[in-house]
Amino acid sequence: MQQFLEKYLSGRQLTVFWLSGLAVLSLTLFVLNLILGSVNIPFWSVIQALAGDLQMDDSWRLIVLKSRLPQAITAILAGAGLAVGGLQMQTLFRNPLAGPSILGISSGAGLGVALVLLVAGKIGGVALSHLGFTGHLSVALAAFAGASLVLTMVLFLSRHLKDNAMLLIVGIMVGYAASALVGILKFYSMKEDVHAYVIWGLGSFSTVSWSQMSVLFPVVTLGLFGSFFLVKPLNVMLLGEQYAGNLGINISLSRLLIILCTGLLTATITAFCGPIAFLGLAVPHLTKGLFRTSDHKVLIPAVILAGIAVALFSNLIARLPGFDGALPINAVTSMIGAPVVIWVILKGKNLRTPGV
Amino acid sequence: MQEEKKSLIETRDLSIGYHHPRHGQKVLHSNICVKLEAGEFACVLGPNGSGKSTLLQTLCGFLPRLSGEVCIAGKQIDKVSNRQLSLLASVVLTERVTVSNMTVFDLVSLGRTPYTGFFGRLKSRDLELVTEAIQSVGLEGFEERLITNMSDGERQKAMIAKALVQETPLIVLDEPTAFLDLPSRIEIMHLLRKLAHQHNKAILLSTHDLDLALQMADKVWLLAEGRKMETGTPEDLVLTNEFRRFFEREGILFDNDTGQFTVEKQKVKTIRIVGKGIEYKWVSRALARRGFAASDEPFSGFQVEVKSDGKREYLLTGPDGKIQKLRTIEDLLTQLEHEEATLLTE
Repeated sequence: MQQFLEKYLSGRQLTVFWLSGLAVLSLTLFVLNLILGSVNIPFWSVIQALAGDLQMDDSWRLIVLKSRLPQAITAILAGAGLAVGGLQMQTLFRNPLAGPSILGISSGAGLGVALVLLVAGKIGGVALSHLGFTGHLSVALAAFAGASLVLTMVLFLSRHLKDNAMLLIVGIMVGYAASALVGILKFYSMKEDVHAYVIWGLGSFSTVSWSQMSVLFPVVTLGLFGSFFLVKPLNVMLLGEQYAGNLGINISLSRLLIILCTGLLTATITAFCGPIAFLGLAVPHLTKGLFRTSDHKVLIPAVILAGIAVALFSNLIARLPGFDGALPINAVTSMIGAPVVIWVILKGKNLRTPGV
Repeated sequence: MQEEKKSLIETRDLSIGYHHPRHGQKVLHSNICVKLEAGEFACVLGPNGSGKSTLLQTLCGFLPRLSGEVCIAGKQIDKVSNRQLSLLASVVLTERVTVSNMTVFDLVSLGRTPYTGFFGRLKSRDLELVTEAIQSVGLEGFEERLITNMSDGERQKAMIAKALVQETPLIVLDEPTAFLDLPSRIEIMHLLRKLAHQHNKAILLSTHDLDLALQMADKVWLLAEGRKMETGTPEDLVLTNEFRRFFEREGILFDNDTGQFTVEKQKVKTIRIVGKGIEYKWVSRALARRGFAASDEPFSGFQVEVKSDGKREYLLTGPDGKIQKLRTIEDLLTQLEHEEATLLTE
């Protein structure tokens, strides 16, 4: 199909075609996310619920407003944010294997959560996993604290390490250290707490309440908005730091802003949804395969839309009737995503030079 | 109009090298005083590890200088911002740039970065310049080609076009011909020379292609470890024996006559070669490789007569006066070897 399209559409038209295609797809998936589930709610009832009609069936109204809508919005924010983070990291490190978790931020979040779930449970004698809403909130706070700690460290180091490759290695090492600490904590913890930690680690879009949304939404929007302002440095960074410097870009400032933007997105999303693997790594590759461009003016809106579509689709699959409750989101993203990425790479013509 | 020629690079007592965290400074060269003017095409030559890259990187501000002064277009390099510098000097580096999905046009347009606005959108003037630059490096028709699908030489031309659209009076290239085959090397050097002269740009590059640099450069800068840097017109440097001093090692000779390197052979045997023209030259070379020094004196040893009019023929006369007619140099060498061997056994 790609060849067919390329024959009839110019580069610019192709871009517009795919962008609008992804937008329509995302919108459709959003509506499907509200309609489909263990209970199927007709389209008109969904509209009624959204419009605030109080005369409709109460249980349907609650399902749409309290469960499905925040879940779908969370999926949208997480999908868009992680995809943009992944794209930025792949460009900054000029490495196709980079993702938003490459800086060790997710591991930092994991460590924070482990400390709260495993240590607090031991000290207080209560497994935090039983505490319901307070539990959720403290987990999110702990994750954010851990992620911010690692992010601050990475930002500090990035000022002293001239070389991006070294920064990458430091990020990975920080990740290992955090995982090791988590391992020790797990070893000495109660079964219920470890289980709660495992559940957090599998990721979920359904734990974000409206009050939490008031944090998640503005932060992620800010991060996405900020990424548009980094288009120029990102484009030049593709050539490497020396060329970028020679083209008048302030390297250390740009690098700081790129890391800050990705860090903010990743830290916040991981805090609320758990470490969602794969989206950040795979969506940029899928998008580059479709759009065939290296220009971030196109790539950033494109990965945002593609991230939204993939996240909504994964959420839909996770909630399919028959899967009792909901499948862990990580299982779905990776299971659908991995084969798709392999397919894209095998079909791509640039097998010889992976590049960015 | 006294200042018609502007110095684009000028250094005073410059020291280059590295800051090492534990061992302090490592100075590679000191007291460098060089000048490069608009319209000049200069080559930095020197063996591996002589500090060519360090010098170039210091001159374009990638590495801090250790002491002294560097002025680019009359401005001290550490007093101008990154942005101002991007309007004065553009670079092409050795490393291969491989970015998937990037077309030649995308790559060259990145050279307009210092001139574009916040989002890097190209205006019609930028587009014109990009198209023009792609044409002037001879890549028209390649605009939509992906740079990952191009040969090293073509990609290097695209990088040069990128440097051109940056519209800087100075272009610095660090071994731009390193990965290229011989024809591409000549092409790139020729292109750069043309650009320097036509666009009145100062172009400075480092290279290992001595003979090309000798033929094309207006100025040559010679670098070697532990030696003072020498600069000048290549011919002067040959005549003052600087090339010899910088590059000769055991077994390798620099021939001041031809401007080429020769591998030192033990030329103990002499042979008389009679003839003229190009055939004479190549026969002498082939015989030199076998250890025969050419001599014009008549003597009793071997003698080769080169017939270059009409039919190419080589007449080999042995010490016994026997004459052999041979068609190719290869046959001549085989026959010569054979006769030498029989002479020894007798």
